[in-house]
Amino acid sequence: MNILVFVKTNPDLQMIRIKDRQPVMEAIPYKVGDLEKNAVEAAIQLRDAAGGGTITAVCLAEANRRAKETLKEVLAMGADEAVLVTEPALEVADQAAVALVLAKAAEKTGYDLLLFGEGSTDNYTGQVGPRVAEILGVPQIGYARKITGTEGGVQVERSMDEHIEVLEAPFPVAVTVVSEINEPRIPSLMNIMKAGKKPLAEYSLADLGLDATSVVAQKAILSNLAEEQDRKHIMFDGDPAAQAEAFVNALLKEGVLGR
Amino acid sequence: MAQILVYSEKPAAARELVFKAKELGAALGLGVVAAALGEGAAGTAAGLGEYGADRVYVSEDSAFAGLPVDVVAEALAQVARAAGAEYLLVSSTRRGKELAPRVAQKLGAACVTDVNSLTLEDGVLVAGRYALGGATVALEKLDTQTKVFAIMPKTFEIGAPTAGAGEVFAPALSLQPSAVKLVDRRPKEGESVNLDAAERIVGVGRGFGKREDVALGEQLAAALEAELACTKGLADFQWLPEERIIGLSGAKTKPDLYVAVGISGQIQHTVGVSSSKLIAAINTDKDAPIFQLADYGIVGDLYQVVPALVEKLKGL
Repeated sequence: MNILVFVKTNPDLQMIRIKDRQPVMEAIPYKVGDLEKNAVEAAIQLRDAAGGGTITAVCLAEANRRAKETLKEVLAMGADEAVLVTEPALEVADQAAVALVLAKAAEKTGYDLLLFGEGSTDNYTGQVGPRVAEILGVPQIGYARKITGTEGGVQVERSMDEHIEVLEAPFPVAVTVVSEINEPRIPSLMNIMKAGKKPLAEYSLADLGLDATSVVAQKAILSNLAEEQDRKHIMFDGDPAAQAEAFVNALLKEGVLGR
Repeated sequence: MAQILVYSEKPAAARELVFKAKELGAALGLGVVAAALGEGAAGTAAGLGEYGADRVYVSEDSAFAGLPVDVVAEALAQVARAAGAEYLLVSSTRRGKELAPRVAQKLGAACVTDVNSLTLEDGVLVAGRYALGGATVALEKLDTQTKVFAIMPKTFEIGAPTAGAGEVFAPALSLQPSAVKLVDRRPKEGESVNLDAAERIVGVGRGFGKREDVALGEQLAAALEAELACTKGLADFQWLPEERIIGLSGAKTKPDLYVAVGISGQIQHTVGVSSSKLIAAINTDKDAPIFQLADYGIVGDLYQVVPALVEKLKGL
């Protein structure tokens, strides 16, 4: 069983501050996305339950993102091999371009199961998994909260808006996971040491039969600002009883109380 | 004539999108068509016509059983090509969000998901969506010939049906059954917290000193007939379940009233409440960032203010 798990390096959103409506991105640390870690953990559990198989972590290096460290971390968690695609043109790649590169890397590596987070923790577009599946012509199952190996395939329990669905598919198949699927392991010091010795292949776009023209962005972000807030800023003074009275009167006047 | 094609597996969402598409189509000089696919499609089709679709493509092909995303995407791509669709509007439900990029990929289209605003600027459709975990709103435009937008349900107001029934059309689709088989489908169970739909929410944060004190927040929520929610910090203590987290790691809500109690107002929490109609805050620290976001603020000790509020509300 060949499992490919796709990982992305995300900005640590807990560290983002807003100044004059602009997100302050300088000095923001990058880390493996939480959902990607769930996908890696799911891969490890599947491989170990099957008693064999290879997990290859695939990552695309974007500007200033510590892609190699990201791959080392998932190798330390338990992935067997890693593939890193590096190319300056990818700094501006949109989801379609990222998907094309990842799909080509998947073809080169070979796969039975493709695992993704349901979205990246930063922008959560959820586009890359379905697009990779379409390019490769494999069916997809989104929002897995449980994956069980079957003879030549998987059974997936997935969490939809109002329902739980159980689906079965033979390999090859693409699956995206939600956070409730598992608690990703924290690598031991020993495994962190070992991770450096695991195979890591580096590809350029040319190695994948692509060039800069294949990854031109087809969409533009016109602005990316914090929402403007127009609030009343009315403060109630006095002792708690007076504050409570003024507050409740204000709510009554606003008509927001449920009576 | 180029068209706007609308599809959602949820009839109400499809009607909302058709209604919006009619407005956009009038401005852009485009017609509106819709697709209704799978079991019961014929029944939904008439409604879509009444809300503005000139033509509804209807198929109850057996390949749609369980609505496998690869088959639905293929069908929509075939309909889009047949109709000459320039824009596809689908709902950003979980099903729609995995469908949109796949159909976009088939059509060589750019796509934007989780759209919560759609405006026309100089003849170009500009889509808004939260980015960076909700800290910002990204405005995006798509540069491909065909453009796919997955839109959050209830983004647009829907008016009364005005049009006639619309033309119902059975397209000749060429579909292969999916390799994915639906084995079981059951409603979600467990604690039913629906913060997304709550009209009033009381949020509690680290201003509460110990687990038992969260009962004060519960009392206030009960008095306001509100849902109780919390910051991630409080859920990390396991004082409340994760389902009640609001913010980056939890729900994005838009209630009529949000009351933040003992919450300082870090962006990681406030992204989940910034769309509230009214925000009120109770905090001991007059410089807490939450007050910058508040319509009504009380600087004070929550252990005194909350009981006074509960008493006042009970007396109404």
